[in-house]
Amino acid sequence: MTQTAAIAEPRTTDAKPIVRVENVTKVYQMGAVLVEALRGVTLHFHPGEYSTIMGPSGCGKSTLLNVLGCLDRPTSGRYFLGEDDVSTLDDDELSSIRGARIGFIFQSYNLIQQLSVLENIEVPLYYQGAPAWKSREIALELAERVGLVERVGHKPFELSGGQQQRVAIARALANDPLILLADEPTGNLDSKSGEEILELFGALHRQGKTLIMVTHSDEVSERAQRVIRLRDGQVEVDERK
Amino acid sequence: MSRLAQLRETFSPSRMHRALMMGVKSLWMHRLRSLLTVLGIVFGVCSVIAMLAIGEGASYEAREQIRRLGSNNVIIRSVKPPEEQGASQSRSVAVEYGITYKDIDRIAATIPGIDLIVPSRLIRRNVWVGGNSVDCDIRGTLPSYLQVTTNRVGRGRFFTQTELDDKKNVCVIEESMANRLFPIDDPLGKTVRVDQDYFEVIGVMSREDAASGMPEGSLSPGASEGAPTTMYIPLTAARSRFGEILMKRSTGSFSVERVELHEAIVRITDQDSVIEANLVINEILQANHKNVDYETLVPLALLRQAEETKRIFNIVLGSVAAISLLVGGIGIMNIMLATVTERTREIGVRRALGAKRRDIVFQFLIETVLLSGAGGIIGVMMGLAIPLFISHFAQMTTIVRFWSPVLAFGISGLVGVVFGIYPAMRAADMDPVEALRHE
Ligand SMILES: Nc1ncnc2c1ncn2[C@@H]1O[C@H](COP(=O)(O)OP(=O)(O)OP(=O)(O)O)[C@@H](O)[C@H]1O
Ligand SMILES: [Mg+2]
Repeated sequence: MTQTAAIAEPRTTDAKPIVRVENVTKVYQMGAVLVEALRGVTLHFHPGEYSTIMGPSGCGKSTLLNVLGCLDRPTSGRYFLGEDDVSTLDDDELSSIRGARIGFIFQSYNLIQQLSVLENIEVPLYYQGAPAWKSREIALELAERVGLVERVGHKPFELSGGQQQRVAIARALANDPLILLADEPTGNLDSKSGEEILELFGALHRQGKTLIMVTHSDEVSERAQRVIRLRDGQVEVDERK
Repeated sequence: MSRLAQLRETFSPSRMHRALMMGVKSLWMHRLRSLLTVLGIVFGVCSVIAMLAIGEGASYEAREQIRRLGSNNVIIRSVKPPEEQGASQSRSVAVEYGITYKDIDRIAATIPGIDLIVPSRLIRRNVWVGGNSVDCDIRGTLPSYLQVTTNRVGRGRFFTQTELDDKKNVCVIEESMANRLFPIDDPLGKTVRVDQDYFEVIGVMSREDAASGMPEGSLSPGASEGAPTTMYIPLTAARSRFGEILMKRSTGSFSVERVELHEAIVRITDQDSVIEANLVINEILQANHKNVDYETLVPLALLRQAEETKRIFNIVLGSVAAISLLVGGIGIMNIMLATVTERTREIGVRRALGAKRRDIVFQFLIETVLLSGAGGIIGVMMGLAIPLFISHFAQMTTIVRFWSPVLAFGISGLVGVVFGIYPAMRAADMDPVEALRHE
């Protein structure tokens, strides 16, 4: 399978972007009105890059992230993730790609309530068909990495927001994805927990992960290497530090 | 990936196991709701199994009783005709009714294919041994009686033709009577007293229905007035010792009846002509009797009737089962649709984390099948327990056919699949982005 080959590829080759969005548009139809959420966005992301996407509310940040995460198909334009043109894939293939190459982190954590911390981390592994013992091993290791080993048996509602978000990060890392996508991951957290989460992202970046994060806060974006500003569905500013 | 490989991946044993565990967890989180959801299935399955067991038991008893009467037999009984109002014949004149020796001869002469005719007289008396007595039906009959009954002589022997011809005072008593009258001794060779006459006990009868602990039904010959036990003596002896005049004293009035025979069992060689033979017998009796002072009973016809009744019962029961399972299934579907809506977010998350459509279908289908299957199991257990209680406390025979719980369980699982598929499809067809935005 080409998927595994892509995952195994080294991520430090700066020459080759890992994500290529070419002139992508996204149009929503609301009754008779067409809403152009993305209007020709072209962006390349390189392995190991830590980027933030900023912009006023309604400018299309979440829409862009959904396209990047293969949750949504662009109306036009092309999207290459790794080697593959994702814009042509069918629903099942998109699911596989999401499971194998993408790690999602949401503003509202989105843990599955009836599952324990450990089981939540195992969910992406389950859908990738990893054997039970191996998922358990990986999940434990990740729980350790986000500092929640003593909490692995707890249910999400027994954890604080910051802890839940750390579980969500561990879950996003479970399949060792190509890119981590986070939509306002600190939006629901107080500054202290938010700080902890951002430190975790910093650590992940230092380990070579590719991060794309939507945020409203300049403090947050200051930590990133690259800030992309959207306005009305278009890239207004794209600056690297 | 080929279709087969996809299916193999979705249904691999370890994934099945984990999917099941996941389903159990989701259901367990809302245990009260899950329980309430499956109540329809539980009661449906339970009542069907219990009713089937009761129905089977009842029909088994009916068929057993009929079988004991013999499917090749036509039973003729004497019936006291209703007393004519006003006519009020003088009390001293004996009421004469019932079948006669002449009738028997006529029937034997007219109908070909008769194998046996066994006439009986029935006299109800107390039978004494010393100071002990037993209320008893005394049946005066022929040695061939043994051939038309399912009762067997357990110890000793039945009386012979010679003893019949000699009007010998010999008797065969039933096990229960033997135990009452001869608690210690062996009854064989002892004598019992009826009025002024003494009878030698030559055999002890083991009654099939008595042995199986079932109460004698009204279908059993001669037992309609319910003497607890029967003693068998030669017909000739019955006639000469007790005569044909029967005196009855009842609250102030005094009636005298004259009856030659109380019962005759006619055995037909060919089972196919039993019904026809019954018609001819009725014609013969009708031609020779002024009143309808007899009745005929055809066990075979009763058997057919019992089978027909059972068939109708089964159809009714089947419909009730179908309706209750339908209602139960709709109940499950209703809750599952609500569950799917409630868990929209979870569905979105799972899709984002790599779940394919069929994974979602599978997940919700498993939950529905688990629900209905668990409902089926609870229902089966209750349905098996109820007949036990009924047979224990109501002394009724109940029979659980092994296929009935298996079938009930299978069908409840099927209900889960049928009524689970739609909510599961709804869940899988959600757009991941929309689902994630759902509040
Ligand atoms: N499913 C949809 N149907 C119709 N319009 C939509 C849909 N999703 C998004 N939009 C529209 O697309 C535009 C971009 O939405 P998007 O959610 O990407 O904004 P955002 O930048 O993430 O805003 P926020 O900062 O408030 O999260 C908005 O105008 C929104 O109304
Ligand atoms: Mg947004």
